[in-house]
Amino acid sequence: MSQPVPQTDPPADRPEQGAAFGPDLAEVFGPSQTDGGPELVQLLTPEGERVHHPEFDLDFSEEQLRGFYRDMVLTRRLDVEATALQRHGELGIWAQLLGQEAAQIGAGRALRKQDHVFPTYREHGVAWCRGIDPLRLLGLFRGVDHGDWDPEDYGFGLYTIVIGAQTLHATGYAMGMQRDGVVGTGDADRDAAVIAHFGDGASSQGDVNESFIFAASYNAPVVFFCQNNQWAISEPIERQSRIPLYQRALGFGFPGVRVDGNDVLATYAVTQAALQRARDGQGPTFVEAYTYRMGAHTTTDDPTRYRLSADVESWKLKDPIARLEAYLKRNGFADAAFFEALDDEAEQFGATLREGCKALPDPSPLAMFDQVYAEQTEELVAQRDGYAAYLDSFEPETEVAR
Amino acid sequence: MSTKITLAKGLNMGLRQAMEDDPKVLVMGEDVGKLGGVFRITDGLQKDFGEDRVIDSPLAESGIVGTAVGLALRGYRPVVEIQFDGFVYPAYDQIVCQVAKMHFRSRGRSTMPMVIRIPFGGGIGAVEHHSESPEAQFAHTPGLKVVACSNPVDGYWMIQQAIACDDPVIFLEPKRQYHADKADLDESATPAPLFASRVVRPGTDVTLLAYGPTVKTAMRAAEAAATEGRSVEVIDLRTLSPLDMAPVFDSVRRTGRAVVCHEAHVNLGMGAELSARITEECFYSLESPVLRVGGFDTPYPASRIEEDFLPDLDRVLDAVDRSLDF
Repeated sequence: MSQPVPQTDPPADRPEQGAAFGPDLAEVFGPSQTDGGPELVQLLTPEGERVHHPEFDLDFSEEQLRGFYRDMVLTRRLDVEATALQRHGELGIWAQLLGQEAAQIGAGRALRKQDHVFPTYREHGVAWCRGIDPLRLLGLFRGVDHGDWDPEDYGFGLYTIVIGAQTLHATGYAMGMQRDGVVGTGDADRDAAVIAHFGDGASSQGDVNESFIFAASYNAPVVFFCQNNQWAISEPIERQSRIPLYQRALGFGFPGVRVDGNDVLATYAVTQAALQRARDGQGPTFVEAYTYRMGAHTTTDDPTRYRLSADVESWKLKDPIARLEAYLKRNGFADAAFFEALDDEAEQFGATLREGCKALPDPSPLAMFDQVYAEQTEELVAQRDGYAAYLDSFEPETEVAR
Repeated sequence: MSTKITLAKGLNMGLRQAMEDDPKVLVMGEDVGKLGGVFRITDGLQKDFGEDRVIDSPLAESGIVGTAVGLALRGYRPVVEIQFDGFVYPAYDQIVCQVAKMHFRSRGRSTMPMVIRIPFGGGIGAVEHHSESPEAQFAHTPGLKVVACSNPVDGYWMIQQAIACDDPVIFLEPKRQYHADKADLDESATPAPLFASRVVRPGTDVTLLAYGPTVKTAMRAAEAAATEGRSVEVIDLRTLSPLDMAPVFDSVRRTGRAVVCHEAHVNLGMGAELSARITEECFYSLESPVLRVGGFDTPYPASRIEEDFLPDLDRVLDAVDRSLDF
């Protein structure tokens, strides 16, 4: 019996599997599909129609809806400004989030103050929701530091560059919450959860798979939030997985949900439910936010080498901001004055980012010696002093500013 | 009042004391719970401190260290046991890219008060991957501190000091010594600082540097040399990163000669760094080149010939002779 494979035909170099080894994959995982499939949780269609879901429906206030919209518009503005700043040589590199605003704002706004986020390097929208000054993000990509915020002050960890490493940190942090007695107490102001962000590419990493095993084993209060943006630099999702990613959770022993990551309402609803499950002590959940990386991997990437513009065009029709704008306007949830005021705010925001970025001071070269250890070593003090003396040996006009 | 203890007992007592002193101290690893670890170093700890503090982990070293990072960020002080030296490599990325860099990355806001215990070295007749000496790979990594204990009393004190340290410490335990010798422990004594080397046998003719399992070899070599009228000063380095070079420089300025002995491969090993530093600081005091005795630059061999790979009494004495006869 031939073996239908979800999502993609088997590569020519891979033989088809016989049926003798376990169940038919298509019976277990459903038929092949490329549009997110029937299990995609959606509350707002690409056309801006409000639809309902039997499990994850929520009522949203008009203020909440306008807030989501503002968050997404300003997050996109940050992305546009940062991309331009990189082109102008003010940033070394920028990781673009274009197209993923709903996934990040939906997830970010579902958090409570006591929750904790472990981000990748693309979580600018979540950082925005946690109150991180966007200039701190620009500072990292400008190269003045590796992230200048205190994770404990914001419940938002430092950007992790190594793909997937942070999912283990998130799981360990969640295990710490269990030991602190802030899980499953029934006190809404006390019970906490962790959310680990990662992408479809990272889902292939050993650390991500190990984090699933640890989280399941200890029933840790962690939500694994995967933004499947379809691309790991140049490699399509089919190179990472032969089944829909959310269904992997089943094999690790916890539930997985696929949500429309371009639908801020659905992403909020699903993430909130998953976080509450974790806070209640019911363990981990995998949320796959099905979205699309509209921009390049980073400003150094050239997607025209590996993907079709027709694919990008089809995803433009699913734009997260346009669909919420249509919904707001059609239902009169936001008037012209709201949109005009937001335009003005975005302009001002952009100007602040441009000026602020250019004004970020370079760090002192000698500062690097002081933050390696909590308890400084004599060896490093000697190296620091030696380099300071070396710098001092130059004539004043060539001296490096410190 | 002193008690006779082995290294295994000293480490066990030290871990127990640290867990009693600070409720944030956790022990994690494979088989560390009911079994008490394959070397029994954590024997009885889970029974007394519970499963929340002595955590049997899934068999995934990166997972153990990576989740320990998260626990440390949450305010805990995880003590991770890597079952054998050769199994640390799956965790190498987490140790080098995350554990070592977190304090630096966060500009000092996040500390990593974590101890990664690794039974290291050979001589136990084991199969592949169970006899390695990876210390230089960690000593080469900024952000980590690396220490090696050599005897039961140091084991008791050093593990507690490493746990109390706010920096991540790679804690190397000479597995061959776990149950070998007993020593008197006085729990009321004041321990030496953790990041300090120590002259364990004074001498005048040549300085012999060792750490972990080779300290015992060095001491036996010094005794043998003494019968031939050669006075060997032995220094137990104890700390490999940072290095505590002051006692070493002081010794070499007196003896004019130095031999380094470790089980790790000689090429780019600790001996290379020690040799460079001695040469930089004691150039005019040296009567002969700094010599290195260690494991050959081969993978660790099958156990029937491991004694040929490991630096033994005779190879150390040969190097001492060559240093003195230069």
